[in-house]
Amino acid sequence: MSERRVEAWLWVAQRATAAGLALFVLVHLVTIIYAVRAGLGAAAILARVHSSLAWPVFYALFVLFAAVHGAIGLRTIAAEWLGWRGNGANAAAALIAVALLAAGWRAVLAVSS
Amino acid sequence: MTMRAYRNHPAWWAFLVHRVSGIALALFLPAHFLALGTALEGSARLDRFLAWTEQPMVIAAEWGLVVLLAAHLAGGLRLLALEFLPWREWQKTLAAIAAGAALVAGLAFALAR
Amino acid sequence: METLKVEVWRGGADGKYQSFEVPRRASQTVLDVVTHIQRFVDPTLAYRFARRVGMCGSCAMTVNGKPRWTCRTHVDEVAANGRLELAPLANLPIVRDLVADMREFFDKWARARGQFTPTATRKDDFAKVDPRSNARREADAAIECIGCGVCYAACDVVKWNPGYLGPAALNRAWTLQMDARDGAHAERLASVAGDAGCHSCHTMMSCTERCPKQLSPTRSIAGLKRASLLRLLAGDGDEA
Repeated sequence: MSERRVEAWLWVAQRATAAGLALFVLVHLVTIIYAVRAGLGAAAILARVHSSLAWPVFYALFVLFAAVHGAIGLRTIAAEWLGWRGNGANAAAALIAVALLAAGWRAVLAVSS
Repeated sequence: MTMRAYRNHPAWWAFLVHRVSGIALALFLPAHFLALGTALEGSARLDRFLAWTEQPMVIAAEWGLVVLLAAHLAGGLRLLALEFLPWREWQKTLAAIAAGAALVAGLAFALAR
Repeated sequence: METLKVEVWRGGADGKYQSFEVPRRASQTVLDVVTHIQRFVDPTLAYRFARRVGMCGSCAMTVNGKPRWTCRTHVDEVAANGRLELAPLANLPIVRDLVADMREFFDKWARARGQFTPTATRKDDFAKVDPRSNARREADAAIECIGCGVCYAACDVVKWNPGYLGPAALNRAWTLQMDARDGAHAERLASVAGDAGCHSCHTMMSCTERCPKQLSPTRSIAGLKRASLLRLLAGDGDEA
C-alpha cells in the first residue's frame, strides 16, 4: 500500500474510532457521574460490572478504540510539534497502541473477574 | 505576541483545546488503567485507592479530567460534523456549542460531588 | 502632523526589523505606507504590488502578525497606537525584505493537480454545465482564488508539515473535482490524499478567516476528505 493510502486509512481509522468513542465516552460519563452521586465504593462498582457480560465487552471495545485513537493522535502530534516522522515514530506509535491495549485489557480483566 | 495574531479566532482555539485535551487524556489513560488494574488484588486495594481519591486535590484533578474529556468529545463531534456533513456557514458556532456542552458536563460532575 | 511608527523587515531569513517614521494621512492604506518608505526614505526597500485595487493579490504580506493585502488594509484598521509591523508572508522563503519566494506555493499547486485536464476537443460542442447543480455550486463557491498566498501563510499545518500542499492548492483541486468537464478526477484524488494532502487538515480555519476573497478552503478540503473516503471504500486502484 502506498504511503498516501496508509495515511488515508489512518485518517479513516481515527474518525471511525472517534465516532465509536463518542458513544463509549457518553455512556462512561453518565455512569461515572451516577456512581459519584450515589457515593459508590469499589465493591459496589465491581458488582455492577460483574452483573452483566455487556460491561466487560463494552469496556474491552472501549479500550481497543481508545488505544487506536490515542496512538494515531499522538503520532500526528509528534510529527507536527516534535518533527518526529518516519519508521521510528511509526514504531513508537504502534508501541503506544499495544501498551494501552495491554494495560487497558488488564484493567478490564481486573474489574470483571 | 504580534507574530501569532492570525491565530486569534474561535476555530483555532477549538483546535488547540482539542489537541491539548487529547494529550492530557492520553497521559491520564495509562494511569487510569493501572489504577483499575489494582482491583486484580481484590476490591480492598481498589477501595484504598478510591479513598485516596477523596482528597481535595484529587477531586479537583478529576473534575479537570471530566472537563477535558467532555471538551475533547464535544470538539471531536464538531469535527466529525464539519468533515462529514454538508457544509453550512453557521458551523463555526459549533465551536461555541461544543465549549458549552463541555462546561455543562463539568458542572454536572462538580455538582454530583 | 501625526506620524506612524513602522517596523519593516529587512534582509533575508537572518535579517531584522528596521524602524521608519511615516506621515499619517486620511484613508491611508498600508501599501501607501510601504510606497512612501520606498520612494521618499529608502529606495532599497523591496516589496511587491501591481494592481493596488484588491484584484491581483501581489501585495500580500504580514501586517501586525496577520497575512493580508496591503492595498486593501486601511492603516486606521490595523495601526493601534500608531504602530505597524510589516514582514513578508510566512511559511515561504524570503527573497528580500517584504518579498517572499512563491515558487513552492505554486509547485504544490501543481502537485495537487491544480490544473484542468480537458476531455473535449475543438470539434465537440460546448459543454453544458448546469450552474445550479450541486457540483457546480461547490466549484463556484471556491473558484475565485487568485493565488495570493495569504491562506498558505496563515496555515499552521503548512508551518508544521513541510510537505503539506496547503489550503490554496487543495481548494483549487476541489474546484476541479467538482468540474464535470475535467477528466482527471481519479488521479487528482490520489494526488490530494495522504499526509501531504487533505488528510492533514485540522480544520483550524485560519485560511477561511484570512482569505481576502472570503473563500473557505476548509470547506473545499472537507469535500476532498469525503471524496477520498468514498474512493478508499470503493477500493479504487492505487495510482499516484
